[in-house]
Amino acid sequence: MTDTKKVLTDPLVNNNPITLQVLGICSALAVTSQMSTSLIMAIALTAVTACSSAAISAIRNHIPSSIRIIVQMTIIASLVIIVDQILKAFVYDVSKQLSVFVGLIITNCIVMGRAEAYAMKNPPMASFIDGIGNGLGYSLILVIVAFFRELFGSGKLLGIDIFPLVKDGGWYDPNGMMLLPPSAFFIIGFIIWVFRQWKPEQNEAADFKIMDIAHGEGGHH
Amino acid sequence: MEAYISLFIKAVFIENLALAFFLGMCTFLAVSKKISTAMGLGIAVMVVQVITVPVNNLIYHTLLKEDALSWMGITGVDLSFLALLSCIGMIAALVQILEMILDKFFPALYHALGVFLPLITVNCAILGGSLFMIERDYDFTQSVVYGIGSGFGWMLAITVMAGVREKLKYSDIPKGLEGLGITFISAGLMSLGFMAFSGIQL
Repeated sequence: MTDTKKVLTDPLVNNNPITLQVLGICSALAVTSQMSTSLIMAIALTAVTACSSAAISAIRNHIPSSIRIIVQMTIIASLVIIVDQILKAFVYDVSKQLSVFVGLIITNCIVMGRAEAYAMKNPPMASFIDGIGNGLGYSLILVIVAFFRELFGSGKLLGIDIFPLVKDGGWYDPNGMMLLPPSAFFIIGFIIWVFRQWKPEQNEAADFKIMDIAHGEGGHH
Repeated sequence: MEAYISLFIKAVFIENLALAFFLGMCTFLAVSKKISTAMGLGIAVMVVQVITVPVNNLIYHTLLKEDALSWMGITGVDLSFLALLSCIGMIAALVQILEMILDKFFPALYHALGVFLPLITVNCAILGGSLFMIERDYDFTQSVVYGIGSGFGWMLAITVMAGVREKLKYSDIPKGLEGLGITFISAGLMSLGFMAFSGIQL
């Protein structure tokens, strides 16, 4: 039981797919200018990762290793088509805003990465939990980024006014840069900083050590 | 002609796949430590992009689009929901074929690109290019121009990024920001620089 819990909660902070494994950044950033789109995207990705991991794990002993990438890709693509059609049927507006990014879940490295690294070696149930855990880790970052971008960019959360805007007679002057793509990079950079300050074991080894003048040591090693 | 030039400029600068749409970010961040490798990957992406976007365009327009099968006498069939599957299948197949052709006829180029080619199948910039082509309903010539432009833009972005990172490794950065953190922030600054192009009317 503790194992299942560990598989589920580990990817949230300790082994987060975005900040530590550097997976799935591709589609993560572009959909975060609003909370609603990023929530839908997070749910879609979690569902696809969990289902594809379970499906791939169920047939893992029958896939010839030379064509496993194609097989995995086909399973993932079929699941993404289902998700895409469901979104188009029930939340058409959001699916228009997400545009190509739902399709890009296919090449999202989290899905492929978990299929390769975990589902090919573990039983279906564990893979399903692992998929959900990694999906949630991705969702966590997505929601944090979207929270800051929507709150400071347009003074709203999920479309509800939090800070009354100047143009509507309030006091908050929206920060337009938060709605532009670069702000997502900055916010993720800072999230990584916070995570690593909190969990110093995630720090990367430096390629090049700054010379300490007092001791005269340093340089390449 | 002018329309094509402006489409090209738009694809390279204003709608840069890497910096405005964040496509291919995983490889963008992972393979941008050295200029030479970054450039190799950039060229490989551009080559694949130039081939896949027009080919996917042909497939979409002759087989998948609504009523596209009417040349075979079949009407009222809309297979456009299969676009995702056919695009990714096409990309995987093309990369595989390209790998074989390069191996056979251009061994020098094959060894230069070798490691990067399989990576390209899962590069979102390639699939993203094809999906944008479908979403914006480009015709064949436009898709050729868009393929060249978007591939070139991605190559430009990753090469510049590698240049920045090569210099960056000599700078004194707070411990927690080292590596990935500062890479994100410098990518953000670059993206901000590319935003300057967005005011250009073409």
